[in-house]
Amino acid sequence: MISDIKVHTATHLDDAYSWLAEYGDKGKVLAGGTDLMVYLNAKSFIAPAYLDIWRLNELRFVREDGDFIVLGAMSTYTDIIESPVIRQYAPILVDAAKTVGAAQIQNRGTIGGNIVNASPAGDTLPVFAVFDAELEIGSSRGTRTVPFNEFYTGYRKTVLKPDELLLSVRLNKKNFLNHQSFRKVGTRRAQAISKVVIAINSTTQSGKIDSIKIGIGSVAPTVIRASKTESFLLDQTINQASLSEASKLLKDDISPIDDIRSTARYRTTVASNILRRILMNLAEESR
Amino acid sequence: MRIGLTVNGQKRETDAAPMKRLLDVLREDLRLTGTKEGCGEGECGACSVIIDGEVVNSCLVPVCQADQSTILTVEGLAENDRLSWLQQCFLECGGAQCGICTPGMLIAAKTILDSDACGSRSAIREGIAGNLCRCTGYTKIIDAIERAVIQNR
Repeated sequence: MISDIKVHTATHLDDAYSWLAEYGDKGKVLAGGTDLMVYLNAKSFIAPAYLDIWRLNELRFVREDGDFIVLGAMSTYTDIIESPVIRQYAPILVDAAKTVGAAQIQNRGTIGGNIVNASPAGDTLPVFAVFDAELEIGSSRGTRTVPFNEFYTGYRKTVLKPDELLLSVRLNKKNFLNHQSFRKVGTRRAQAISKVVIAINSTTQSGKIDSIKIGIGSVAPTVIRASKTESFLLDQTINQASLSEASKLLKDDISPIDDIRSTARYRTTVASNILRRILMNLAEESR
Repeated sequence: MRIGLTVNGQKRETDAAPMKRLLDVLREDLRLTGTKEGCGEGECGACSVIIDGEVVNSCLVPVCQADQSTILTVEGLAENDRLSWLQQCFLECGGAQCGICTPGMLIAAKTILDSDACGSRSAIREGIAGNLCRCTGYTKIIDAIERAVIQNR
């Protein structure tokens, strides 16, 4: 019963740590609620106790810290969309945030929630993958940093321990490359869960690809980097031959399934088409 | 837990389970039934209310997270039994049909009116992208909001 659920409202970080140390995997962290409340309303998942961190303002910030842009885990999508720093350095993170739900969800949903909820369809996740983000994680035992690309261990599984809390996402400015692209394909422009979501972060030099990172969601048990496609594309000139090879390799990198939102075949075709289109734009822009 | 809210300018208090949806507290405990439940999963926007200036789906907000906040529901739009200009525009433009989406549409439209957004039709579409309507085809709703925005300037 919903009326039996215990909620502890965290007033500061140490308070949250001690709750987590006590409840561990018997409890659940509640951030903006845009995923958890859906499970609760559908009665598909109800934890006996929740730690409410909505008002943990220590974790709600976007700031420049030397070579890094640091986003507190409780930053909402609206915070990201409105942040001049993010707009300047990481426009594709703004693009991704704008595709999440609509205003009602963007005002409540948090990036920490998007990351920890660990859905393979999380809209911001391919962006963090191509920026090689670092996650700062804390507990009463101390803090540690985990590369975003090592955070997921399987479908909806992460390296987060039951007593740990995601604190912030650190983005190294050197990973913001000149050409950033983001594309989400869903049933409609707003309020859709992605069928395929792609972020590409790249640079070119004298018509050749100098550096490229490709992150894709909704095509594997976790968000992934298309590493075979990336290594092939390095030092390549973009032409019909390299485009064909890249889209062939992309099919090896991904492992989509048929589900309620789409089919494996559709996802494969669309992922390959988006890759081609972004690379063709890249060739155009770097000419 | 004891919950204190300022709803439509009035201080209200009630006892509620912390994970009870704000939607249910408004409708059942405070008897403000203007706010509707559509999908109960954050897709349709029928339950939209404004908390501390931000539009949210009240079906996705546990009431513990709304404690001590300021809330505007559709009942708070009219002043002294006179429809607000926005509501008048919905009426005149045929922006309401069956009525289920209307409270949420009005609340989303209110945030468009209150924002610095330019009020173009595309900005209005974006502002109500989280609100589904199965009757109007949206055109008349957008006409109504556009009219309200123009008059507001």
